[in-house]
Amino acid sequence: MNSREITIQISKAADFLNLKKWDYGASFSNDYSVQVDKGEAKQLKASQKQILTIRVWNQSNLVGITTTSDISESGIKKALEQANIASDFGNKNESTEFSPLAKDPIKVKEVKKRNPVGIKKLLTVLREAEVKLLESHESIKSVPYNGLSESFFERVYANSEGAFRSYSKSQAALYLYARAEEKNKKPRSSGSVKLGYGADDIDIESCIKEASNKTISHLNYSSIKTDKYLICFSPESFLTIINAFSSMFNARSIIDGVSLSNKNSIGEKLSTEALNIYDDGLHEKNISSTPFDGEGTPTKRLCLINRGRIENFIHSESTARIFKTTPTGHAGLGSKVSVSPDWIVVEKSDENFDLKTSLDHSTFDGEFVYIEELNAIHAGVRASQGSFSLPFDGWLYKNGKKISIESATVAGDIKYLLKNIVNIESSQEVTTSGISPHIWVDELSITGDA
Amino acid sequence: MLSSQIKSNEIVFGSCNKDLLEEIIFYGIGLGADFVEIFIENTDNSSVLAEEDFITSVSPSFGKGAGIRIFKGKKDGFVSTNDLTKHGLMRSVSQAIEMLDITDNKRELFNGLNKHRDYSLTKKKWINEVPSIHEISEKLLVSTKSLKKNNKIITRKGSYSRNLQEVIIASSDGTYVSDIRLHQTVGLNVIASDAQYRSSGSRRFGSSGMPNEFRLWDHEKAANDVFESSMNMLYADYVDAGQMPVVLANKFGGVIFHEACGHLLETTQIERGTTPFENKLNEKIAHESVTAIDEGISEGSFGSLSVDDEGMEPEKSVLIKDGILKKFISDRAGELRTGHKRTGSGRRQNYSFAAASRMRNTYIAKGEHSKEDLINSISEGLYCKSMGGGSVGATGQFNFAVEEGYLIKNGKLTSPVKGATLIGEAKEVMPKISMCGNDLELAPGFCGSISGSVNVTVGQPHIKVDSITVGGR
Repeated sequence: MNSREITIQISKAADFLNLKKWDYGASFSNDYSVQVDKGEAKQLKASQKQILTIRVWNQSNLVGITTTSDISESGIKKALEQANIASDFGNKNESTEFSPLAKDPIKVKEVKKRNPVGIKKLLTVLREAEVKLLESHESIKSVPYNGLSESFFERVYANSEGAFRSYSKSQAALYLYARAEEKNKKPRSSGSVKLGYGADDIDIESCIKEASNKTISHLNYSSIKTDKYLICFSPESFLTIINAFSSMFNARSIIDGVSLSNKNSIGEKLSTEALNIYDDGLHEKNISSTPFDGEGTPTKRLCLINRGRIENFIHSESTARIFKTTPTGHAGLGSKVSVSPDWIVVEKSDENFDLKTSLDHSTFDGEFVYIEELNAIHAGVRASQGSFSLPFDGWLYKNGKKISIESATVAGDIKYLLKNIVNIESSQEVTTSGISPHIWVDELSITGDA
Repeated sequence: MLSSQIKSNEIVFGSCNKDLLEEIIFYGIGLGADFVEIFIENTDNSSVLAEEDFITSVSPSFGKGAGIRIFKGKKDGFVSTNDLTKHGLMRSVSQAIEMLDITDNKRELFNGLNKHRDYSLTKKKWINEVPSIHEISEKLLVSTKSLKKNNKIITRKGSYSRNLQEVIIASSDGTYVSDIRLHQTVGLNVIASDAQYRSSGSRRFGSSGMPNEFRLWDHEKAANDVFESSMNMLYADYVDAGQMPVVLANKFGGVIFHEACGHLLETTQIERGTTPFENKLNEKIAHESVTAIDEGISEGSFGSLSVDDEGMEPEKSVLIKDGILKKFISDRAGELRTGHKRTGSGRRQNYSFAAASRMRNTYIAKGEHSKEDLINSISEGLYCKSMGGGSVGATGQFNFAVEEGYLIKNGKLTSPVKGATLIGEAKEVMPKISMCGNDLELAPGFCGSISGSVNVTVGQPHIKVDSITVGGR
């Protein structure tokens, strides 16, 4: 069945079961991936997946939900029946409705349709990439984590009031993580990830070069002394921190009491006036963009921090109704609708007079720690408390020299971090999770082994 | 024979599918595969969330799918599908064969499937024995009410999930197995707040194959534990960073061994060349006080299983004996590629993942000391009563958040501290585990790795690490 036929099937089954109000979200995908090990194919993988999530409103307007991979006629009927049973336990305190924007026009990025290149081509490309990476430096002994994949999928949202949205797209990803070894030294590892709409769009050479350069740059390493340091966050690491604490802008988290913000936090000063942060799922550089969320609300650009102050929260239908505003296109369909950001864009505002512009990661010759990548986010972030303690990959810049830091963590508080931003560099960089310039923060604690 | 009496063009759970499975396997072998494995599952899951004094989410789900794996030499091709018809399964076999580019004429022998080993016979009634949504909701609400002990508790949550998985495993070595797995887990979480101070507390409990377990769960004791933890940590200062001796509590304290050392003993790590222990079999890799075990047989434990996802019964594997490395955790691909015998550890999250060598119930065996012995032996250090999550990097470095920690001064527990992270490398830390307590206890958890998220148990007695880096402020 295609998505139109599924919608008709659900409608018929709902009529049969006397269910007047329903909606559903579905995704259908075909994925292909390869991994290699020293020139040999290691695992080749293909999958065909279908997931259907159906919500049903009962006569008391309580919502029940069921998820299934069985999209046969009987599977759909069973899902509706189970959702109906679950609706007896629907949340009486917070009602859910269709998004008022579920029929609004959506903006779909014009992207040329890609066709699968096939497993054999993926394998050939990845083998070549592995060889080139191994040959790029004598200390690179293996590429233990590698993969090239392509995915073709369709997302659908429809409801019993006639809303119907469907969106098809493709995406490919290449990751290369190299391991370098030198005598009497610990192994060092780093890598690179590149995305594209199709396998042919991925910049393979730059992925190889980046993985090689990053790995080699960590060969000469040293422990760092535990102390407070001037920090330069790479665009990737700053976006990691912002995403980890995005509950500050999340209306669902605020209602649930797990956010540092509250309903009255709009306008609260969080940072230097030089900082602007947007969520922009439709950004032209966002390869993972989708034009609507799990409730069918169109995706849009939303300012989260304007000149250092909270400007907006992200919403689902129900949180928007509670906050007396409109949904923002950030909902994930579920029994309890989740809310999450799409793609963060960090910018320097025009109110940037208080920044220390001499702090530039490529020219500054004073002592500082450059944080390239933050790790173990799930373990080291306490979003509801605002604190973090995270291991990182990075370098200590001192006396004009750069040395990789071995086994260290950076710890602090997100509000302290935002308030202590001392420079936002001008040039932004595109990453897989958003866009940001390098961000400088004064006086964060680093724990090292030295 | 029953199998010849029932002919079907689709896998039917609860029926004999031998003819169809043999036909699919013959098809793969006929096309030149060295080995064909079919893993089929049917799931029936549900979860319930209580927040404050209300049920805010009830989420049932069900589904079915198949994962087909073809080996040619040491290479493997894996295809997953939701289409369980003969046509769908054969198409998946063809796709895997095509991916592997099999062209030679060498044909392996397939003598048909062995006698059906049906581990599900006594388990079919489980679906009717597990608590109903109504029963679960009522108990969760009582639990969240129990957390409301003072006005500093601002958020209370209770969650329950139940996964019932019916599997059929068949492969060209004759393996033909059916099983039903039941996993239930329940957790409590609170956030406490007072002025600028905030803390959180959480505990999770889990079981396998015990339909009545949720009914027996002592929610009052769990609520008291979570509440006390959050209150103890509410006004805690941040820990000072540095190198120091630590005592790790039992139960979930074992997560460090799981993450930092256990993963390095999986054959997938040997295949990748990412374990420092690859050539250390029968060599000393840990302090002589350390004996570590991985097994899938403890009754009711979250990581226990009757049969692994490749059709092998799980064994009890002594990984480290008195500090000496004795065994790796291996699956079929691991045995093929590294030579380490299978241990009944081939596991996967669901049909869409190929099985890989994964831990089950993994723990450090008990020693002879009391908890007090360990603490009394430290003049200045840290007691990690409750661990949060953690991770291990590609070069073996690990880090773990300490959820509830206390300073040790002159052999006594003193003030609570927050924000601590334990950082190190297994190779360096294992020899520093100098004392093991006599109070081994296990705790459930979820482990994410190459073949998805699987249920595991971690565990240990209280242990003392002579020196480790503690990250803080």
